[in-house]
Amino acid sequence: MEELTKKNMAGDIFRKFGIVIALAILFIVFSAITNAFFTPANLLTILVQTSINILLAIATTFIVLTGGIDLSSGSVLAIAGVVFAMFAKEVDGVPEYPVVVPVVMGILVGLLFGLFNGVIVAKAKVAPFIVTLGTMTIARGAALLLADGRPVSGMAQGFKDFAGKSPLGLPNIVIVMIIMAVIFTFILTKTKFGRYVYAIGGNEEAARASGIATSNIKLVVYTMAGAIIGLAGVLQACRINVGQPNVGQGYEMNAISAVVIGGTSLSGGVGSMWGTLIGAFIIGILNNGLDMLGVSSYWQQVVSGAIIIGAVMMDRTNKK
Amino acid sequence: MSGNEVILQMKDISKSFPGVQALSGVSYELQKGEVHALMGENGAGKSTLMKILTGAYKEDTGEIIFDGAPFMKRDERTTLSAGIAMIHQELSFVPYLTIAENLFLGREIMKSGVLDKRRMNELAGEWLKNLGVDLDPKRKMNSLMVSEQQMVEITKAVSYNAKIIIMDEPTSAITDREVEKLFGTIRDLKAKGVAIVYISHKMDEILQISDRVTVFRDGELISTNDAKDITMDQIVIDMVGRELTEVYPEKEHNLGEEMLRVEGLKREGVFNDISFTVHRGEVVGFAGLMGSGRTETMRCIYGLDKLDAGKIFIQGKEVAIKHPRDAIKYGIGLVNEDRKGVGLLLPLSVKHNLTLSNLDKYFKSPIIQRAKENELAERMIKELRIKTPSRNQLVNNLSGGNQQKVVLGKILLDESDILIMDEPTRGIDIGAKSEIYHMINDLAKSGKAVIVVSSEMPEIVGLADKVIVMHEGAIKGEITDPNEIQQEKIMEFAIAQ
Repeated sequence: MEELTKKNMAGDIFRKFGIVIALAILFIVFSAITNAFFTPANLLTILVQTSINILLAIATTFIVLTGGIDLSSGSVLAIAGVVFAMFAKEVDGVPEYPVVVPVVMGILVGLLFGLFNGVIVAKAKVAPFIVTLGTMTIARGAALLLADGRPVSGMAQGFKDFAGKSPLGLPNIVIVMIIMAVIFTFILTKTKFGRYVYAIGGNEEAARASGIATSNIKLVVYTMAGAIIGLAGVLQACRINVGQPNVGQGYEMNAISAVVIGGTSLSGGVGSMWGTLIGAFIIGILNNGLDMLGVSSYWQQVVSGAIIIGAVMMDRTNKK
Repeated sequence: MSGNEVILQMKDISKSFPGVQALSGVSYELQKGEVHALMGENGAGKSTLMKILTGAYKEDTGEIIFDGAPFMKRDERTTLSAGIAMIHQELSFVPYLTIAENLFLGREIMKSGVLDKRRMNELAGEWLKNLGVDLDPKRKMNSLMVSEQQMVEITKAVSYNAKIIIMDEPTSAITDREVEKLFGTIRDLKAKGVAIVYISHKMDEILQISDRVTVFRDGELISTNDAKDITMDQIVIDMVGRELTEVYPEKEHNLGEEMLRVEGLKREGVFNDISFTVHRGEVVGFAGLMGSGRTETMRCIYGLDKLDAGKIFIQGKEVAIKHPRDAIKYGIGLVNEDRKGVGLLLPLSVKHNLTLSNLDKYFKSPIIQRAKENELAERMIKELRIKTPSRNQLVNNLSGGNQQKVVLGKILLDESDILIMDEPTRGIDIGAKSEIYHMINDLAKSGKAVIVVSSEMPEIVGLADKVIVMHEGAIKGEITDPNEIQQEKIMEFAIAQ
């Protein structure tokens, strides 16, 4: 019996820390074979590059845990950035609106798209894949319309500076990401709301029978996710200094990949924010490391895809 | 019987799962043309043994000899073509395909590169007829009754020339009349030399249909006896390892005030004009055949489905229940018949299942205090003697009886005053059943109003103070005199035209 428990524990450890081990291996390998990887400057770059994906992945984690999916995050990020940039313009060297206005507008646009997804998923009971596939196209089209197909430039200097500045030793964008990760990990693990998110994905009918207002919770999840994506859009626009309507294509896939590599089940109910964060860093480090090695971006795509499939396969065999 | 010829030998089979020795050194033998019953509490090892036979699990050690030859390399497909078929409790078929399409799934007949539907329908029709099943092979599976679906599965097994057919709880979802039909089929198969492994918790059935009975306990084979030489009591002793004195508790309930009254409940096409009352301290039994509308009525009272008409009164006050949330608020708790579908969240832990419906009750702020939640869960695990390695174990890994205790624990934590128990002991073993009967009785004694819906007549007779019998969506009879609560009386109402 004792032996059995030991075997079980080894399995548990692997299950829990398998992706951490994978992350560590990537880290060590890239540090060993390239000189440029393990430098403070490069590590900071990875953090910055990964921050936007982490924000989208945080939003996506909530949605996937309910058994849903969000294909629209990349496009919603773009339109949030465009709207933000439109309100963030400088006229004669003076910002047109107070600082909060563009930020709130960006987040609000994301929130409204999330609300739209949520209403149709939770109330009209259309499959999330279909709804967000539609929203993905709608948001992209709307972004291009609003921006007239061109980047919205003329952003106030303060915003341009924001993303790059690092008053606390870390770039602002990374600090925002960390704050968001802490807040939403807390919400997911310590609150009733978080518990209900897991419950809905675990068995929606049983959750309803337990008195949970399942469709309201789902509505809140999608809306909240939209707001987070809106914030990501604002930060992205600050980073590139323009509201670029074409930005963020494929970001939704990166976010979903981070969630899945992190061990969250696409059928919902099982997963963790912790896993998602590790998943996002695996993707980030992989891309950066392959860049350092001079691997072409075409090959990077091939490798990233293989990693996703590998991670899910590993997860499957572990569960057996 | 064709002369005690051995068709299958499983020698010294052992199998362990993480943390559990599921089988230790089991040797089991099956003869041609016999019906061999396997009994044992859930988790005793009978299903594991059969899953090893069909190749769903791989044994750690041991040897299998089938039809005179070693039978070591197995998976679920090869065992089927080798002549071992298993009919699972939860039937496995494709609901939107026809009977014939299901029968030929994976071995379709082709004619010049396309499906030869005509030929397949013809053959399927023949097979069904050979077994005395009167069904059109072109009908869709989902249009059939459960018992008919089961007959199709049996037909499929036979069509593979199965030498061994394993039936796991074949009668758990069919009516008495259908059971008779099933037994007829089993006898025919037996006459043809097919060996049948019959897994069931129903004692009377076992003694009626089987030739030999093997009892498992804690992963070991305890005894194998000829059915004609063994008594029910002996089987129970072998199963639980001790004498089970009282399966049913003594009824001593003091009826108090009226807790729940419903008037004229109606759901279009499902049930009609349902009125009854339940008092504090009372156990009201709902009897009737499968599909008589009992479950549907309870679902509506609990707010899972919508009522078309009718009124619900809690302690004399009319209430509107539109969502289970309302029902919980008014102190109604439901143990649903569909444990895995509606009762539990299988991928969540015991703790999270126990507290899911009562987080609002115990935690006023949006934040869940871990220590307090652990304490709640531990209390229920102890009180209900839920067998689990820890409160963090996934409910999916518990046995049926313990899963059901988790469902009960949930409504106990809810502190509901009105408990609706729909088939509270379905698919769980006799030891756990008895425990649940005592719990139900204790709950009534402590002043709860209890409704027990059950298709097992002895359960109703053993527990209820008052019996309501439903038939085709209507109340056909109400037995209020405790002395009148007898199986024959209930049956009369249940099948009354």
